[in-house]
Amino acid sequence: MQTDSWIPLFPESASSFSWQVDALYFYLIGISVAFMIPIVAAIFWFVVRYREREKFATPDEIHGSIVLETVWSIIPFVISMTIFLGGAVVYYTQYRMPEDAMQVYVVGKQWMWKIQHETGQREINELHVPVNTKVKLTMTTEDVLHDFSIPAFRTKADVVPGRYTYLWFEATKPGTYHLFCAEYCGLNHSGMIGSVVVMEQNDFESWLQGNASNLTPVEQGRDLFENKLGCASCHAGGSGQRGAVLENIYGKEVKFVGGSSTIVDDEYLRNSILNPSSQVVEGYQPIMPTFKGQVTEEQLISLVAYIKSLSGVDASATAPSAPAAPAPAPANNMGSNSNQGGR
Amino acid sequence: MREPKDSYLTNGYSLKSWLLTKDHKRIALMYLISISVFFFMGGLYAAAIRLELLTPGSDLLQSATYNKAFTQHGILMIFFFLIPSIPATLGNFLLPLMIGAKDLALPRINLLSLYLYWIGGLLTLYALMQGGVDTGWTFYTPYSTTFSNSYVMAVGLGIFINGFSSILTGLNFIVTIHTMRAPGMTWFRLPLFVWAHYATSLVMILGTPVIAITVLLLAIERVVKVGIFDPAIGGDPILFQHLFWFYSHPAVYIMILPGMGVISEVISSFSRKKIFGYEFIAFSSIAIAVFGFLVWGHHMFVSGQSIYAGLVFSFLTMVVAVPSAIKVFNWTATMYKGSISYDTPMLYAIGFLGLFLVGGLTGLFLGSVGLTVHLTDTYFVVAHFHYVMVGGQVIAYLAGIHYWWPKMTGKMYSEFWGKVSAMLVFVGFNLTFFPQFILGYQGMPRRYASYPAEFQVLNIFSTAGASVLGVGLLMPVVYLTHSIFAGKPAGDNPWMLPGLEWRTQSPPPTLNFDEQPVVTWEAYEFGEESGLDLEEARRAAGRPSVV
Ligand code: HEM
Ligand SMILES: [Cu+2]
Repeated sequence: MQTDSWIPLFPESASSFSWQVDALYFYLIGISVAFMIPIVAAIFWFVVRYREREKFATPDEIHGSIVLETVWSIIPFVISMTIFLGGAVVYYTQYRMPEDAMQVYVVGKQWMWKIQHETGQREINELHVPVNTKVKLTMTTEDVLHDFSIPAFRTKADVVPGRYTYLWFEATKPGTYHLFCAEYCGLNHSGMIGSVVVMEQNDFESWLQGNASNLTPVEQGRDLFENKLGCASCHAGGSGQRGAVLENIYGKEVKFVGGSSTIVDDEYLRNSILNPSSQVVEGYQPIMPTFKGQVTEEQLISLVAYIKSLSGVDASATAPSAPAAPAPAPANNMGSNSNQGGR
Repeated sequence: MREPKDSYLTNGYSLKSWLLTKDHKRIALMYLISISVFFFMGGLYAAAIRLELLTPGSDLLQSATYNKAFTQHGILMIFFFLIPSIPATLGNFLLPLMIGAKDLALPRINLLSLYLYWIGGLLTLYALMQGGVDTGWTFYTPYSTTFSNSYVMAVGLGIFINGFSSILTGLNFIVTIHTMRAPGMTWFRLPLFVWAHYATSLVMILGTPVIAITVLLLAIERVVKVGIFDPAIGGDPILFQHLFWFYSHPAVYIMILPGMGVISEVISSFSRKKIFGYEFIAFSSIAIAVFGFLVWGHHMFVSGQSIYAGLVFSFLTMVVAVPSAIKVFNWTATMYKGSISYDTPMLYAIGFLGLFLVGGLTGLFLGSVGLTVHLTDTYFVVAHFHYVMVGGQVIAYLAGIHYWWPKMTGKMYSEFWGKVSAMLVFVGFNLTFFPQFILGYQGMPRRYASYPAEFQVLNIFSTAGASVLGVGLLMPVVYLTHSIFAGKPAGDNPWMLPGLEWRTQSPPPTLNFDEQPVVTWEAYEFGEESGLDLEEARRAAGRPSVV
């Protein structure tokens, strides 16, 4: 599957925007050829036509030409602007995240990809997704930089420790595609590979069923929040508590002591758990302890998912509607992909 | 007339007369030998890399060794070969000669910069002997600060010290060009080689301190554990990338502008034609040097920088590509209605035009941000920068070495072998690197010790090409060395060229000129105005040599 493609030497093109990248590529090849042919032809022509006929000859001087210089500055400039604009449009499609996408969480780690679905399934070095569905990855890493790269979808993004980066795609063809780590990450960098398995909706549904799910991230987050980490001792029960109210906070603006403010997003929530004193909300004391070193990246993802769910932004609300009736799935989509658990 | 034997080469034979010399020409020769050694070592690593990639598995080299091989290949090639290549050898040798000066303005500083280069180089070699380094030549954090157990510090220090060598060379060149020009040598009579070195020197003195500071910060974090780049202790890994590329992008222009200078000289000389659009080539060098400081972010399109930063950097990258295009058009136009001879330097220069064209055009692919999201960190990038750095600078360096060899040594090398090597390098180079563009678009990531089997065929082509390239690059070492001992005497001005460096004896005397030259002609005047006795030379040369 991964080897055959419709043009030999050309990779499979399997996402909603991969054709745009290909179009840009062919446009640039066209421009390159259009530049190279006249220049190379001129070089050959001059070299042959004006070869030395008399030793130390002194051909007539030509000083240059303002007109020519202007023309051959402006033409490349205009062309380069079309390339810039084309690139900008495609980039915007690749890197602006859709609102209504299925969420998947990715944690990179030397040298594996740990993946968690909203429904609780976990996988390692494999990502199963339904075809024709927007998928948004929220990614971070436990150690060094990595890069989540799927050549067949023509997209990639670095995965950076200490923050979230995002990637989205909509696969258009069922199949199995390469997943590479594209940012050098040490010893076994070239072993940090895997596959993205794109399945028909029905197959995906039964894959989900076949992988009896763990707790979903929201459920895990609630467990951490209420029991394991004890966040609830300050943050539960609405106003009047020592901790800030978290219900309906997502997407709202919060004001900090000192006057600045921000919109609450994943990054903000993550940072509030790790570095609470760096952004104290107006009306509260800086008493929250840091949880740095006590929570793993995966637990953080669950906590953030849970806090988001308190604002009604939860898995089921954003997940795509898929046919509910499970269809018999091909065996190869099942067995080998049994639940692989965490680390 | 002086005795021909009396030259900078005969001015003392003791080791001390070399090690304590202040003669820019001797310093240039010592650089030439030193960078050749580093080039050779970098080449050995390259050979190891290409052999490993012959098969998909990581069998010849284990990952640990492979990672060190590509890191050390990059470090030696970039910091210890390519950056000093043309400036420290040809630039050092020729700048004073071309402007009619006795030496560089600061001869002692010049010697100091050689010693700093040696110290930095030896320290790096020491680190490589001890066990080497595996961070990639880009030293991305937090891998380099927290995770790598290799000799990051020692190599970092080597690069740090070597940076000062570069800064001092740049400073020296700028002062020399400002203060040491012969009477009549106005700014617009300067050879374009000198303009190119002026632009390069600007980048060297403005950019290099930034990499020095970056390496220093890296050391502080590694040793004292102050959080600068590692988020685990409160730092920001992206900050490192900004600092690193703020230097290293302009540094890629340190690695090409001098080559462009050489090509301007060679194409004009071997077409016996005034360079087309002198001012445009001169100013485009300066424009490249200045705008080169504004595009570092195009190495970070997928690093998590904001979409808008990505768009701005993409736009500026497109703008900076235009001056490069202008140069290619002007070089081509220079040949129009010329009198073109096919000597070895010219063959190399024509090869440069083709390869640099591919390198520059694929730079547009990588500058087009939607496309580069797919291409970055793949073999496409590897191919692109080899087309500019090897196809561009290294080929230009070889063109320059062959062009000025008769001046530097007083001897002529074998034209036949020169031509063979130029052809082999061109063919071998394309066979090595062109397949990598295709591999890159297919998605093969760079810095991979093992890869999926479907990529193997193109990798075999690439390795085969590398062996041809290797032979082509080794040949000059043999026939040039041979020419020193057995070559025909070259004469002072074998090609009857007007530049000042051709108006003194070969090899030049220690003080360069017997009497202070006075310039009364424009740059690149090949006819009688230049005061050369062409009739006489033609008679002496006999029949025209049409190949
Ligand atoms: C026409 C001019 C050029 C343009 C438009 C251009 C564009 C680019 C772009 C956009 C990248 C980033 C690719 C990526 O990582 O996705 C890149 C990488 C690179 N370019 Fe160029 N480039 C040009 C000329 C040069 C020159 C003159 C050199 C060196 C002599 C050079 C050396 C490099 C190197 C070394 C890298 C990769 C660095 C790394 O990631 O290790 N480029 N170029
Ligand atoms: Cu990785």
